[in-house]
Amino acid sequence: MVNMIIYITLGFMITGIFFAVLRFIKGPTAADRTVALDTLTTIAMALLVLLAFVFKRFIYVDVALVYGVLGFIGVLVIARYLEGAL
Amino acid sequence: MRDILEIIGLILLLIGGIFLFLGGLGIFRMPDTYNRLQAGTKATTLGGMSVILGVGFLEPGWIIKAMVLVIFIAFSNPISSHALARANYKRKNYPYLKGGAEYDQYREVYVNQENKEENK
Amino acid sequence: MIIYIILLLFLLLLMIGTAIYSIVQRDLLYAVIGTGVISLILSILFLFLQAPDVALTEAAIGVALTTIVFIITIRNTVRFEEEPKRPSKPASK
Repeated sequence: MVNMIIYITLGFMITGIFFAVLRFIKGPTAADRTVALDTLTTIAMALLVLLAFVFKRFIYVDVALVYGVLGFIGVLVIARYLEGAL
Repeated sequence: MRDILEIIGLILLLIGGIFLFLGGLGIFRMPDTYNRLQAGTKATTLGGMSVILGVGFLEPGWIIKAMVLVIFIAFSNPISSHALARANYKRKNYPYLKGGAEYDQYREVYVNQENKEENK
Repeated sequence: MIIYIILLLFLLLLMIGTAIYSIVQRDLLYAVIGTGVISLILSILFLFLQAPDVALTEAAIGVALTTIVFIITIRNTVRFEEEPKRPSKPASK
């Protein structure tokens, strides 16, 4: 039961990552690609926490925390550059 | 007690997975940058918070770090969304206003006439 | 366990596709954002392969530091890469 729901959730997340990468490759402007990167950051944080639960290691959650902080800073820097204010 | 926590965690995991999938699908199917921003940020905010809280319910020793992650997502995701929308507006990609909306509250002008040649 | 291997191979194919797109791209800003996506998927792959320290370093350096340094570089130089010259072609074009 637990394994089945974890597999279903992993499948949903991987499909979301696939669509976001497709939008990254297809997107006409730079803002669309940055939106895809922002979405991918949040999906990847959830995926890393779920993988930490699958492998039963508490230390893996720290990777998700560091990833969230730094991905947020990267998206902000790209947005400031697009605005022309960096 | 353990069973109730496990059932709540599994339901939260499933809801979060569905919302993350809907966020990815919305960012692929929406026609405009602002619509993509709306779908890709709000749906994934709810999905990510739900999945992380679900893992915190399934493994009760991790609930403190899960709460830290949830609070961080709730603070950081609207900030990046707002910065992206503002950058997109400053690059003169105005939103596609169809029908009802005529008053652009950011520039404080009526945009019904000039909107047609800006967003063909 | 076979499901995890299938997911790993799928993520690997996505990463390779993004890398090829990022190499052939002429707009350097798109290539920088592509580097961020590659580093994201690579961090998930390292976590799959039971190496959390490498995943932590990849997340720290690949997402934040590389992106910021390259964005500042693009700000100070040019954004669009020019077309390569072809010396051996005749001048008919």
